[in-house]
Amino acid sequence: MTAVTRNGSESDVNSARPTAKRLAQRRTRIWREKAVESLLFLAALVSVFTTLGIVYVLVSESVVFFSHVSIIDFLTDTQWTPLFDDKHFGIMVLLSGTLTSSAVALCIAIPLGTIIAIYLSEFAPFKVREVAKPFLELLGGVPTIVYGYFALIVVTPLLQKIWPELPGFNLLSAGMVMGIMIIPYVSSISEDAMRAVPMSLREGSYAMGATRFQTAIKVVVPAAFSGLASAYILGISRAVGETMILAVAAGMQPNLTFNPAEPAATITAYIVQVALGDLPHGSIGYQTIFAAGLTLLLITLVFNILGHVMRRKFREVY
Amino acid sequence: MASVAPNVQEIRAIIARHKRRDFIFAICGIIALMIGVLTFAALFTDMAIRGIPRLDADFFTNFPSRKPERAGILSAWVGSTLVMFVTAAVAVPLGVAAGIYLEEYAPKNWMTDIIEINITNLAGVPSIVYGLLALGLFVYQFGLGQSILSAGLALALLILPVVIVATREAIRSIPQMIREGSYALGATKWQTVRDHIVPYSSPGILTGVIIGMARAIGETAPVITIGALTFIAFLPPSPVQSEPPFINFEWLFSPFSVMPIQMFNWTSRPEAEFQVNAAAAGFVLVLMTLAMNGLAIWLRYRLRKNIKW
Repeated sequence: MTAVTRNGSESDVNSARPTAKRLAQRRTRIWREKAVESLLFLAALVSVFTTLGIVYVLVSESVVFFSHVSIIDFLTDTQWTPLFDDKHFGIMVLLSGTLTSSAVALCIAIPLGTIIAIYLSEFAPFKVREVAKPFLELLGGVPTIVYGYFALIVVTPLLQKIWPELPGFNLLSAGMVMGIMIIPYVSSISEDAMRAVPMSLREGSYAMGATRFQTAIKVVVPAAFSGLASAYILGISRAVGETMILAVAAGMQPNLTFNPAEPAATITAYIVQVALGDLPHGSIGYQTIFAAGLTLLLITLVFNILGHVMRRKFREVY
Repeated sequence: MASVAPNVQEIRAIIARHKRRDFIFAICGIIALMIGVLTFAALFTDMAIRGIPRLDADFFTNFPSRKPERAGILSAWVGSTLVMFVTAAVAVPLGVAAGIYLEEYAPKNWMTDIIEINITNLAGVPSIVYGLLALGLFVYQFGLGQSILSAGLALALLILPVVIVATREAIRSIPQMIREGSYALGATKWQTVRDHIVPYSSPGILTGVIIGMARAIGETAPVITIGALTFIAFLPPSPVQSEPPFINFEWLFSPFSVMPIQMFNWTSRPEAEFQVNAAAAGFVLVLMTLAMNGLAIWLRYRLRKNIKW
């Protein structure tokens, strides 16, 4: 202590300035650290503002829409003709297209995705997995408009050879291609879930004389079930939000149907159709796309929350 | 004990049956994988066969036209490039900064929880909803118009979760001792982040950025929603000019088209000649996204192999 004070008093003339300078430097340094931290925090807040922005835009435009159209008509009307003189706003019509195409997609994506996940996690040799996983990732990276083109130009004519009455635009081929597109999402989350199942469970099963297949089906799949469920649910929310495949290959005619062999518009395809035209800002037609978007967001939100709850559950088990 | 001999045989039969089931399932797995592979191969070869004959220099230097054989993708690829430029300029700094904040700075409190939950939820929002956000907010509220800037901002928000998650994963893999070594030498937090954390995590961040950009370049729905034009026969004003100040930003507010929209437009026309154009544009698009994703996968593979802390 004394050394320090004496040192300080001795070098009053020589080191007073450096000390002050050092203190000043320290102050700017602290200030700079704080400034950087707040900047980084602001960047992190952008995502929150994005969500707020989405909710604000969709809700504020929808409120105007629902002041013209009663919410009961919106949910129960069986016609969707917002651009005609005789206006009807029954979201059921668009919803039926969305649900039907999603159902077709899931009939493809869930079985194939699950089989691929079980195979890659329990059966495949290391080399196969190393090649297959990046490949599946590439499959998920192909632009959806390209899948739409494929559904319209290749898959529909192929289906028409088997089934000549099939119209040129239909939910079936769009849904099938969408299913292929969703496979990577389903399989990668399912596989992660199954690989998170501890080795000891498998070893116990093998020790009892079970085969690989028995172990996979009776031990690993049940243990990873909530993970699988979350993969399926996230797959559903992908399918519901998919746009371009349906806009290209399923036609854009509003059609209340649950028959995949018919053409029909989905919620997303309707938004695209309106955006392609030239609707004036503030017209009722313009507001319908926000009401449709809000419906879409609510559906995917429910599925996403369900999926995350499921996923958290499977993480907590082990 | 007379029944031992048949029992052994029975057991052998059961084992054989079960082994056969194993084998059959493995075959099913390979078939399921092959369905994915074959679909992709069919898609790729179909577009290659139809599209490659159309791919000459004129295709890249012509504007879209009513005559299919004279139509090209000039305005589309220029538009895509400019939009991607805006997207990268916005999404990369924001995403990396947010990732750094969440990994290095964020205290454990409700605010951080909200940000994290929010990012996972945003990753699940359908892309067309981002288009509606941009239409309501950027185009009309902020008055940016149906411009390159609006589209670039919308796509930037769309890929922000991808960049943030990649940044966080890259930062998380840096061992604690690197930070401690830096602090021991008297570095501040920001100096540690700037001189150690960011450089060491940059390959991982780059991987995420490339994957995000590959997604943004193929996105059609949000850009259509904003109101990009499907038929555009002029280029945005050049960002570089010969008189001072040499750079101008008028292009940000210009109407535009992008590659996927050009392809959509050609696909939805009834004439077969236009669908040849669609195939050619699609082939270019797939090649670009494949190259970008492939680069990202390769980078990640090298990263996993080379870096051992």
